[in-house]
Amino acid sequence: MVSDPAALRVYETDGLASERQMPLTVVFPREADEVVATVRACFEDEVAFVARGSGTSLSGGSVPPPGGVVIALNRMNRILRLDPDEQRAVVEPGVVNAHLSQAAAPYGLYYAPDPSSQVICTLGGNVAFNSGGAHCLKYGMTSNHVLGLRVVLPDGTVERLGGSSLEVPGPDLVGLFVGSEGLMGVAVEITVRLLPKPEAVRTLLAAYGSLQQAGEAVAAVVESGLLPAAMEIMDRLAIEAAEAAVHANYPKGAGALLIVELDGPRDEVESDFVRLHELIRRSGATEVRVASDDAERLKIWKGRKGAFSAVGRLSPAYLVQDGVVPRTRLGEALCEIEQLAAAAGLRVANVFHAGDGNLHPLILYDGRRHGERERAEELAAAILRVCIRQGGSITGEHGVGLEKRQFLGEMFAEDDLRAMARLRREMDPLGIANRGKMFPPGFEEAGEAGRALLPSAAAG
Amino acid sequence: MAVEEVQGADVLAPADPGEAAEAVKASRVVVPRGGGTKWGLVAARMASVAGTQGGVRIVDTTRLAGILQYDPAEYTVTVLAGTRLDDLGQVLRRAGQYLPFDPPLAGRGATAGGAVASGLSGPGRLLRGGVRDFVLGIRFVDGEGRLVRAGGKVVKNAAGFDLPKLFCGSLGELGVLVEVTFKVLPAPPSSGTARFGFDRLPDAAAALRRLLRTPLEPDAVDLVERRALQAASGPEVAGDDPWSLWVRVSGEEAHVAARLDRVEDVVGAPGARLHGPPEQALWDGLRDLDWASRAPAVLRLHTTPGRIERLDEALQRLGALRHYSVAGHVAWAAVESVPARSLVVSELAGLADAALALRGAQGSPHVLMPGEGFARRVKRALDPAGRFGGNG
Repeated sequence: MVSDPAALRVYETDGLASERQMPLTVVFPREADEVVATVRACFEDEVAFVARGSGTSLSGGSVPPPGGVVIALNRMNRILRLDPDEQRAVVEPGVVNAHLSQAAAPYGLYYAPDPSSQVICTLGGNVAFNSGGAHCLKYGMTSNHVLGLRVVLPDGTVERLGGSSLEVPGPDLVGLFVGSEGLMGVAVEITVRLLPKPEAVRTLLAAYGSLQQAGEAVAAVVESGLLPAAMEIMDRLAIEAAEAAVHANYPKGAGALLIVELDGPRDEVESDFVRLHELIRRSGATEVRVASDDAERLKIWKGRKGAFSAVGRLSPAYLVQDGVVPRTRLGEALCEIEQLAAAAGLRVANVFHAGDGNLHPLILYDGRRHGERERAEELAAAILRVCIRQGGSITGEHGVGLEKRQFLGEMFAEDDLRAMARLRREMDPLGIANRGKMFPPGFEEAGEAGRALLPSAAAG
Repeated sequence: MAVEEVQGADVLAPADPGEAAEAVKASRVVVPRGGGTKWGLVAARMASVAGTQGGVRIVDTTRLAGILQYDPAEYTVTVLAGTRLDDLGQVLRRAGQYLPFDPPLAGRGATAGGAVASGLSGPGRLLRGGVRDFVLGIRFVDGEGRLVRAGGKVVKNAAGFDLPKLFCGSLGELGVLVEVTFKVLPAPPSSGTARFGFDRLPDAAAALRRLLRTPLEPDAVDLVERRALQAASGPEVAGDDPWSLWVRVSGEEAHVAARLDRVEDVVGAPGARLHGPPEQALWDGLRDLDWASRAPAVLRLHTTPGRIERLDEALQRLGALRHYSVAGHVAWAAVESVPARSLVVSELAGLADAALALRGAQGSPHVLMPGEGFARRVKRALDPAGRFGGNG
């Protein structure tokens, strides 16, 4: 347990550096029983808490609730069981995403969901936010790979959800818990599915004069019926940042880069790759590079996966947005973002999962300049509204957290939110689990005694 | 709204979501029903709410039919809940797409809402995922008669609680589904199936597990007892072997045969090959449980490939015909009658995560359910007055 102010400061924020809140205290459980005891104590004293791993949340999901306890799960980092025959692993929540694939590698297996922060983010956090990654297009998000959970509910009750089969009986409780942003409790044991490593992987990088051309190439790939494992686009500014940071040796002067990766059985990948290559050649690419070995492939991905942090070299501060638009409206959305950015006088770098319509505009600003951070936040809001207006989502993989909670009410109607709020209240009558996250401000208010006072409860 | 009288319960057939909400509000107890293909699930619900004061109403969703939105380039389709899956399948096929989770009983009139509410997936579930992985958004009537929307219409969404997944397998106990948005995928251009015969189940199960360890990406691997196949398709498909392992691969036509060669290498024996209409008929038959169509009761068990042999011994003691689907993650068992819950629990302890009786009016529809406390809280939140029954 930590209560020294200097040590606590480490836990007052996460990847969304603009939101800070000093925790009351931080506990470091090593066993599930210690999590249960902590949660029970919080419940008895009506103290809010948040569970966190490496703090890579970009939506402020693991910022402490005011006056709340941080349950830091990094020491619960054991792989409890790795069963190659059943192709599954049982892990503690503090296991780092990439470590699981490393442990599974000797058996020819891997864990498919690959958030860009996979070398540091934990599986508990992935479960809380239903994290995605570059390979969602073919493999789905975290939720598609979690078979079972052991969870501590906000009143200290322990429940097992799901099991070890691919199929679950009854309502999909695992599906509900995954992505509930810590509002339904803490997962202390996670059973995930492992997949055989693809036999072959082929990756190409194509440079285009403009973002629009790269977008059209994506549409052509989709139209062809190919199912790539990943399709990623970076714009000029993102390329520049990645180049400066990791020297990926991307083509010079490109307006946009497209990365397409195919994986699967060798015969299929080889013939699909011929089709893909031909398609890309005819799509107006100024340069096409094919990774000839793993090292070249990793280099292509290093620039992409490091793009977020690389932008830090171009600007003292930036906001990472995460919105989704229908894939066919990507071009339109990017144009609108460009116009909005110009009007705000700010630079926006775009890195995104093009195959999913999942945008990641990085809004660059300088917090030392008067009013610039506010303008960056306004621009971020305007971008999210573009996503909502086009029938998309305010978040594809980062969650709502603290950052986007006022937009949840713009995406959903009041009856929709109330259904979610009733679920929250049944799981957590005191509203102590990650209080203040996900629901719009004012929708879930903490009363004097710390009780959750939801509008529906007040009404009757 | 059409009203008919069935088994002592009024049947309401709303023509739009608003009417469905009104029907729920005006009823004391509601049992939703789609195409009625999983009749054991509805019958068990009816039995559990029988005698309710004020009567029981069936809300039949089959008039809530139609495709609301489909743009093939988006890989998503939004339909009213009563839309028949075979109708939807035809529309998707014309655009070269399909629902990879292979919904059971699609050929017998199953609906989109029923597929979600039952949470069932067919043999094709193995490679690309189950119904839960393809439901992006839903609209439903909750226990208070409110129309609620959850999820969305894009392939990726992490906003709000994932109620669309929650509703998979909810059996109508959390609400009446009125609209569903599915993710769809491009249909593979071609496929081929190899059949391998085995005298003994352990050998077949071992071959199945070897296949799973390869990167060959078979999209269906099912293991079927001869008696079950005979019941469905007669001796020429069933063959003489007590067990047969069916392996389907798909992709470009040029590669299907080569991949089946590799499957044969892994299994260690030559397989009999099926292509075209006979192949389609076989998998449609397995998906639609043709082999169990005359069985008085059908159980579905959720297990893992490593437990096939031990589970099979237990199912044999229950006198079941057996079909292991989704590479052994799902066991279908046709029995004379649904065994008592206590018998299922004692026989299957440790062998299956859970069991669900798809047919057979008597007995509890599901047993060995994990997470019951959590499920009760969910139920209280969405249906506090118990309008959808199941609050016992």
